[in-house]
Amino acid sequence: MDKQSIIVCILLAIITTNLIRVLPMLLIKGQIKNRFLRSFLYYVPYVTLAVMTFPSMIQTTMSPLSGTVALMVGIIAAWRRMGLFPVAAICCAIVYLMDSLILTSL
Amino acid sequence: MQRKEIVNGIRIGIPIALGYFAVAFSLGIIAKQAGLTAAIGFVSSFFTRASAGEYGVYTLVAAQAAYVEIVAMCLVVNLRYMLMSAALSQKIAPGTSWIHRVLMACCVTDEIFGISIARLDYCPPAYTYSAALISTLFWASGCAAGIVAGGMLPTNIVAALSVALYGMFLAIIMPPARDNRYVLYAVVASFVLSGACSIAPVVSSWSSGTRTIVLTIVISAVVAWLKPIEVEESHG
Repeated sequence: MDKQSIIVCILLAIITTNLIRVLPMLLIKGQIKNRFLRSFLYYVPYVTLAVMTFPSMIQTTMSPLSGTVALMVGIIAAWRRMGLFPVAAICCAIVYLMDSLILTSL
Repeated sequence: MQRKEIVNGIRIGIPIALGYFAVAFSLGIIAKQAGLTAAIGFVSSFFTRASAGEYGVYTLVAAQAAYVEIVAMCLVVNLRYMLMSAALSQKIAPGTSWIHRVLMACCVTDEIFGISIARLDYCPPAYTYSAALISTLFWASGCAAGIVAGGMLPTNIVAALSVALYGMFLAIIMPPARDNRYVLYAVVASFVLSGACSIAPVVSSWSSGTRTIVLTIVISAVVAWLKPIEVEESHG
């Protein structure tokens, strides 16, 4: 693709992605009264993040085993409220060490 | 007060920013294959801020796709932002100007949404802005760095960095799941159904973006129906 077409694609992506974000905010004025809708919106973030984490997490690593162990340890660390950065760092370290071990043992 | 929120936002934004840099770096490697220069990659990532969405767009650009496909991809893969933005609208204090509402909506990413929604009461705009700004700068820089230096890193390091994002997701969802049994049930159901759908016939052929949207709507609706939240009158 030539440079001009790439820039058009990028601009389209920027406009579309931000319109998706802004529209609900402009359409929903004030607090939603409907109890079901409020409950639905309450659960959405946890569900969507959980869905995106599994099984993608064990599919991006070089061996599924390292991703699985990182997921387990990550869940325990997060359960113990270790915070965003420590949990992320622990997961990275496990995958790096395990992938290296598995690759050298093959 | 405002200043304190800016400091709080930067403090929580730094770990997100580091994770973003790592993820954006691997995104940059794909962007390079699509023909993006570091400058275009920086601008694109700064204003889009969508991991899965950008990944989809760059692979489409690499495949010489039509403009319509780019828009369709952004709509489907980023539809969850619409749900998050609707949820975030409930965390903004009544009387906040529409400019703040629009800007806060533009800040929505999985993580910025997560930390904004995790606030006990209404989320102050300054908190969201400062966390979003620092993480976006790292996100855009990471993408540019990936375009410039992507080929130089060994694949095992790139693979290890790519789980940073999922580690952050876990850190966002597990503490509330520990405090609220129904959030825990929702998270467990999400893991199980998401895993099942990735191997089930028909459903597994959908893009992961589509599966995310369908599963999010179905599971959230079922849990909301089974266990509606208590509505606090003070906010009504």
